Amino acid sequence: MKEFKKLLKFMEGYKIIYLFGMISIIISQIITTVTPLLIRTTIDSIIGEEPITSSIIQSGVNLLGGKEYLKNNLWIIGLTLILVALLRGIFLYLKNTLSSKSAENTTKNIRDNLYDHIQRLPYEYHVKSETGELIQKCTSDVETIKRFLAIQLVEVAGSISMLIFISYVMFNLNVKMALISMVILPITFTFSVVFFNRVKKDFEASDEAEARLSTTLQENLTGVRVVKAFSRQKFEVDKFDEKNREYRDLTYKLIKNLSTYWSFSDFLSMSQVGLVITMGSYWTVKGDISLGTLVAFTSYINMLIWPIRQMGRTLTDMGKAFVSVKRIEEIFNEPIEILEENHKKPNIKGSITFENVYFEYEQNKPVLKDVSFKVKPGQTIALIGPTGSGKSSLVHLLPRLYDYNKGSIKIDNIELKNIDKKWIRRNVGLVLQEPFLYAKTIKENIRLSDPTMIDNKVFEASKIASIHEDIISFEKGYETFVGERGVSLSGGQKQRMAIARTIINQCPIVIFDDSLSAVDTETDISIRTALRKRKNKSTTIIISHRISTVAEADLILVLDKGRIIQRGNHNSLIKEEGLYKRVYEIQNSLDDSDKDLRLNA
Amino acid sequence: MEQENEKKEKLQFNVWKDFFKYLKPYKKQFIILIGLMIIVGVLDSIFPLLTKHAIDNFVNKNTTLGIERFAFLFFGAVILLAVTVYLFLSIAGRIETQMAYDIRRLGFEKLQVLPLSYYDEKAVGWLMARMTSDINRLSETISWGLVDFAWGITMMTAVTIAMLRLNFKLALITLSVVPFLALVSAYFQKRILKAQRDVRKINSKITAAYNEDIQGAKTTKTLVREEINLEEFSELTSSMKVSSIRATILSSLYLPIVLTLGSIGTAFAVNYGGKSVMLGLISYGTLVAFISYTAQFFEPVRQLAVIFAEVQSAQASAERVFSLLNEVPAITDSEEVVQKYGDLLNPKKEAWPKIEGHLEFKNVSFSYKDGEKVLENFNLKVNPGETIALVGETGSGKSTIVNLFCRFYEPTEGNVLIDGINYKDMPQNWIHENLGYVLQTPHLFSGTIKENIQYGNLNATELDIIKASKLVNAHEFIMEMEKGYETEVGEGGSLLSTGQKQLISFARAIVRNPQLFVLDEATSSIDTETEKIIQDAINKVLDGRTSFVIAHRLSTIKNADRILVIKDGKIIENGDHRELIKNKGYYYNLYTNQFIEEQSKSLLG
Repeated sequence: MKEFKKLLKFMEGYKIIYLFGMISIIISQIITTVTPLLIRTTIDSIIGEEPITSSIIQSGVNLLGGKEYLKNNLWIIGLTLILVALLRGIFLYLKNTLSSKSAENTTKNIRDNLYDHIQRLPYEYHVKSETGELIQKCTSDVETIKRFLAIQLVEVAGSISMLIFISYVMFNLNVKMALISMVILPITFTFSVVFFNRVKKDFEASDEAEARLSTTLQENLTGVRVVKAFSRQKFEVDKFDEKNREYRDLTYKLIKNLSTYWSFSDFLSMSQVGLVITMGSYWTVKGDISLGTLVAFTSYINMLIWPIRQMGRTLTDMGKAFVSVKRIEEIFNEPIEILEENHKKPNIKGSITFENVYFEYEQNKPVLKDVSFKVKPGQTIALIGPTGSGKSSLVHLLPRLYDYNKGSIKIDNIELKNIDKKWIRRNVGLVLQEPFLYAKTIKENIRLSDPTMIDNKVFEASKIASIHEDIISFEKGYETFVGERGVSLSGGQKQRMAIARTIINQCPIVIFDDSLSAVDTETDISIRTALRKRKNKSTTIIISHRISTVAEADLILVLDKGRIIQRGNHNSLIKEEGLYKRVYEIQNSLDDSDKDLRLNA
Repeated sequence: MEQENEKKEKLQFNVWKDFFKYLKPYKKQFIILIGLMIIVGVLDSIFPLLTKHAIDNFVNKNTTLGIERFAFLFFGAVILLAVTVYLFLSIAGRIETQMAYDIRRLGFEKLQVLPLSYYDEKAVGWLMARMTSDINRLSETISWGLVDFAWGITMMTAVTIAMLRLNFKLALITLSVVPFLALVSAYFQKRILKAQRDVRKINSKITAAYNEDIQGAKTTKTLVREEINLEEFSELTSSMKVSSIRATILSSLYLPIVLTLGSIGTAFAVNYGGKSVMLGLISYGTLVAFISYTAQFFEPVRQLAVIFAEVQSAQASAERVFSLLNEVPAITDSEEVVQKYGDLLNPKKEAWPKIEGHLEFKNVSFSYKDGEKVLENFNLKVNPGETIALVGETGSGKSTIVNLFCRFYEPTEGNVLIDGINYKDMPQNWIHENLGYVLQTPHLFSGTIKENIQYGNLNATELDIIKASKLVNAHEFIMEMEKGYETEVGEGGSLLSTGQKQLISFARAIVRNPQLFVLDEATSSIDTETEKIIQDAINKVLDGRTSFVIAHRLSTIKNADRILVIKDGKIIENGDHRELIKNKGYYYNLYTNQFIEEQSKSLLG
């Protein structure tokens, strides 16, 4: 019950309320058993002439005015029935609201913690994480736990306490009759537990078929251009039909199994009722029990049947809750980043020194080897190199998304590892390669790191990032909702938004991780020109495949397989044989005629 | 994102009228189902009568004579009930799953026929929701709703009749609580459903927030947004908590009220029934039967209230599903065309003329639905085998030209002629069957590499596939993979790199051996070294085919036979690379921009 303990931990602060919820259901079940007794007494001893055997009931009857008085005033019994129902209702209400309150607060607790934990997991985790599985844990697993707390656990507690009280009352009324009333129940219960455990597979199969159907549909819809351009409509219809059919058949199979269950379970339950009535009548005639007792037993048996049938399903579902707790724990067990370790927050001007830096993601597979260079505040350096050469890894070290293994990185002569992550990230603006925009308005997306920022600052940043004109051309301008129907931003627009939201913070160090790739050359130039004109120029690191982007840097580093293989500025590098010159020539492969033209121009 | 107005609370019969035509194939099953439900309802109301029978005939007469017969009768009724329950559950399940299947199939076929302009307006998520949850909800509500409805009505009628026949006056007194029961149920169920709907809405927001939490984690880190994120999320979970508790309070208020109302019925039965027993007007058995009936009334009334509430909410689903099914495609083939050449799903390819590759835009104008004019009186002639590069800013109209060429859109005015034939006189697939198409962001389908290449030509042999892959320099990396061409590409090709996906999408286009070709910014998201490889592929691919190229990279454009610079929907420059450089216009500027910086730098020192 390790999982149960964990669950209790999440319930911190709401355990008492939950306990009261449990007590309420137990009280309401006790009250439930009263009604049939009341009716029995009325039939047997008020209307009929049987003597009252129980002293509790006798004192109850006396309290209401005595047997004769009640016989002439049956409405008092009617009123008592209503009051009992009302009282039971109140406790049912309490049970529902209390357990829901506790469960909802616990769920909120889990949700918030999960959300925060996930966003604080290290960068590395997010590179490898499977979104679908994580989301599933955060949504359906949390939902499973919530249902367990809000519904299932109290329901089972209710059913068990009802079983106990009713058995108690029944055995007190008549042992023989009580035994007959309960003879089929264990079969019903066992059947339902066994059945729901077996049918679990079918539920899963149907869910999986639906997931496959969704995937096929999604691929078709997102690839609609491809489908049309290749006129594969018929092919797609056939493919979809197969999944659609599969889903239909598996779901039908499940329903058929459930039909078998419910009909057989109906059969068992009603047989139990039949048994009670037949044997009860027989014994009533024989004089072993009174008519009122017979009626009470038929009521009790009806009360017991439903929870017993349902219990198999509830117990199966409850098993899922513990699996869910375990799955969620997997997330919580992943260590998170500590953003503020030593509270070192130096004022950062922007000089960067790399000294023999080594870095590896996996042991003995270094992606950066012996990297050394120096940048003065306000300078621009450019990184160029083939895919996998270590450019991105290098810039990811600066905001401490990863920590280097060997060597030293100093920002303004302070060892980077000693600066708090939170602080360094505030000071190093990294524009990621694949920008992620939030489902918020454009304005909110630009002032993401500080929602209180004034509009003018937003406009200014957008202008520098050459996105302002695009934004005001939208119908709702800065209030346009990203992802709204009809408004989809192009790759280039997204990249420029990412640039705007980074430079708005005026960080002393700014990194562009190939973040201009989808922007056309002209816009690329105007962004860089605007940046250069800014006051308090930031130290800038640019990764790009475009020579034109790289060319103006104060220092260009050419990386290959984790090493700096060439360094210098554009003019020196184009004179050197090497990767840089080769790339330059590919991108500017003018044929001779072009060269003539340019020379003549 | 509340995209749909769900406030329609009133039942609208015209929505459901539309629905009946989809019900027709199940008419027989529905009739059987309703028959079964009537049996179940009657059986359910008979059981208390059996108890009454036992009390009156055995207990009161003080005899056990015939009790075996009674036991058998009861047992028989139980078996009948079990069999009927099995039948109605499986038939309702059959109807539900079959109906969902049929509607989904129709919806999917419609989606295949709808033109791109439809997809421009509807988000994929929106369409997904229509095709999955809305259709599920619709078929579920119809099949099970009907079952519960038939059962509820039958049960209520049977119980009422039984009570009235037992004792008219007592029946009326006891039944007097039913209207209140119905009113309270209707009032609460509607609100409960609405509260639950609110909860679901917030729930989908929470899911979206987690999605952002995970996918945006890197962004969060670089912008140090952890605290603000959590604050925003916490607001969301708080409103979820409040709404959920509200929904629970509503339903937990409902139950006690209904139970109490029910007990009033029981109280009436005990009071008046008890007196009648004492006066000898009714038997003990009748009293007991009445008491059980008062307990039985509550369930069907609740069920009916639930059904009404559910049908109302399913109405929104129904409307959205029908709006998809009834959507008229903006591009359709005329009847004569269909007659002669077949339709999208059943083409008669043998009747199609072969395409040589002449292309002409004749006085073509095009504007979007909202009236925004993109092209006006556009004219262009392209010879077979010619490669046309389109250059221009975003929004200049170059994508529209390609979309018109592919007949993804049709001209608002004017004609597009292929080999001198107005393409509207031919089926849509005519052009597509002869088209190779490569997109900026390559889209692959789940399955193997081989299957993805074969998508271009279902009849392609293994040899054809390898040949195509070799041509676009993809063969090498494919063979480096453990399973070669049988490698799974993952959902949307997620297991491959962008460059690899792009090369496969080239192979897919090549294996068709098309006369027409379109490269839609196909090389902009690839690094230089890969681009070089692809560039080779492109040159081989375009050779001898009438083709359009849209690209940012000038290296791709340079080799085109003709370059068109498009601005505001007009051709402002037209010629090959040399001519346009000589021209010193827009293209010249664009092309030389790369060197301006370098030059200015050398000038400025």
